[in-house]
Amino acid sequence: MFYREAGDFKTSYVADSQTFPLKLDKVGFWVTMMVAWGVIPFVITDYWASALLVPFLIYAIAAIGLNILTGYCGQVSLGTGGFMAVGAYACYKLMTSFPDVNILIHILLSGGITAAVGTAFGLPSLRIKGFYLAVATLAAQFFLVWLFNKVSWFYNYSASGQINAPERLVAGFAVTGPASPAWAQYLVCLFFVTLCALIARNLTRGSVGRSWMAIRDMDIAAEIIGVNPLRAKLSAFAVSSFFVGIAGALFFAVYLGAVEVGEAFGIQKSFLVLFMIIIGGLGSIFGSFAGAAFLVLLPVALKIVGVDWLGWPTDLVAHFQLVIVGALIMFFLIKEPHGLAHIWGLAKEKLRRWPFPY
Amino acid sequence: MMLENQTLAPSDGYVTADGRQIGGVMMDLRNITLRFGGVEAIKDISFDIREGEIRAIIGPNGAGKSSMLNVISGFYVPQEGEVWFNGAKRPPTKPYQVARQGIARTFQNIALFEGMSVLDNVMTGRLRQMSSGLFSQALWWGKAQTEEVENRAAVERIIDFLEIQSIRKTPVGRLPYGLKKRVELARALAAEPHLLLLDEPMAGMNVEEKEDMSRFILDVNDEFGTTIALIEHDMGVVMDLSDRVVVMDYGRKIGDGTPEEVRNNEAVIDAYLGVSHD
Repeated sequence: MFYREAGDFKTSYVADSQTFPLKLDKVGFWVTMMVAWGVIPFVITDYWASALLVPFLIYAIAAIGLNILTGYCGQVSLGTGGFMAVGAYACYKLMTSFPDVNILIHILLSGGITAAVGTAFGLPSLRIKGFYLAVATLAAQFFLVWLFNKVSWFYNYSASGQINAPERLVAGFAVTGPASPAWAQYLVCLFFVTLCALIARNLTRGSVGRSWMAIRDMDIAAEIIGVNPLRAKLSAFAVSSFFVGIAGALFFAVYLGAVEVGEAFGIQKSFLVLFMIIIGGLGSIFGSFAGAAFLVLLPVALKIVGVDWLGWPTDLVAHFQLVIVGALIMFFLIKEPHGLAHIWGLAKEKLRRWPFPY
Repeated sequence: MMLENQTLAPSDGYVTADGRQIGGVMMDLRNITLRFGGVEAIKDISFDIREGEIRAIIGPNGAGKSSMLNVISGFYVPQEGEVWFNGAKRPPTKPYQVARQGIARTFQNIALFEGMSVLDNVMTGRLRQMSSGLFSQALWWGKAQTEEVENRAAVERIIDFLEIQSIRKTPVGRLPYGLKKRVELARALAAEPHLLLLDEPMAGMNVEEKEDMSRFILDVNDEFGTTIALIEHDMGVVMDLSDRVVVMDYGRKIGDGTPEEVRNNEAVIDAYLGVSHD
């Protein structure tokens, strides 16, 4: 009834190519932004931050990154965990080597370093695709984790092999280290999520994004049309790794505080982020958020239902979670390969016509 | 009115039957030989395409016509022979560089980007005209935005021209076959090519669709002055549309000239009616 485009005329190409062409969507977006920036920081508790919001925001960045590569450019990657580790260790080395520089700049630089590493590991994509590329990126995953375990320079020769985030301030408030308040952690993550989502949206609506999608949909035709495959694929790897690196840096510095590489950035992490974009929707930024929210929320919801309400043992619920995620992946691959984003899109399309579908 | 190909100097033009002035040689293929392993797909073929003309390549299935287009668009590199474009010999060039020199094409089996909207597909054709960098686009500031709007305007002219306004936001995967063919033509035209290669633009179409497509091809040639090389099996269409025709059979050139000349060529009649090869 209220959600429709009738009367919503566009008179310029700028207006026609905006992110939210419908007025109600635009209102919804700004309300969400206002709540996220203006309300949540004042009401957030430690539990909400550490169990839901901070991991959701960080995984959303990682999912956007992987979605650029896999969803938009069609290059399957199983190296997300490894690239997150690059971001984390880059951030750690920068934090300890240049303690006076603002942590936000360190996080951005970590993204840049990861982009360089990701581009290097993206080189095989010029020759191989599909499963074979997935295996090549899997090699990157194992190699990077091995590297960060083996070369003690990366963890400053600490006896435990762990890296620990020292306390760093932004505008006088601690955002890393054990004393950082929940709202500060949340705001830092929110800042980077907003930045990354904006960049991703801009890139995917312009000629760079179209080159990526052209490579994804039909690489040979794309090349004959005028897409430089080398540039398109490597830029996708670079941008994707940039986001994943930022996510890794935040995951280590802001969220966990202390990291053991095999545990935090193992192969499970690669799969987790991949599941997020499959469930959320390949080739959709909204889908990256939806998938991240879903997979962060699921264990918490299951724990509340299983442990708190039904009184089941914790390990049983944890096993249930694996079963449910597995079943969901199969369900989505068969029934809805475009994920939650597509369901959301269909719902909106239906709503537009409601109550007169014809 | 038309003379044998060989008697025409490269820089001279000629006037077609319907009174259009054709310019000098734009694309010159000299002694092209293309092999796949032991199979010779193209054997020592030479012909030229002149500024402003509609040039047809015909021949039975497997004659090497599509391979010929793939040589022109840089997808195959011939083992022997030279490709001359705009008066210069072309070194082995990647397909995307060929596209950026102003050679656009459509494909025999539609090769649209199925996951993208019609508009995005056509916009992809404009990559040649778009040059803003990654950072400008990431911030959607300055050149990225002005460039997008300028190119959108150009694309909208093509969309108007081909009468596909109503489907511009539709995902390509949802379109019927005939419209897909038209969108593919739009994508190629969006590049504002000097030379447009059409690989069987009318394959699988009914009579009305063929008429529409023929009209579009003639209009493209007429309004934009685009040089067109096309492969087509429908002889009626070929004879009506084209100014000069190359006939291929088993990788060899067996005829070259006006539709009139080709129609009366003994070797061509043999190839089409089927005479035993010895």
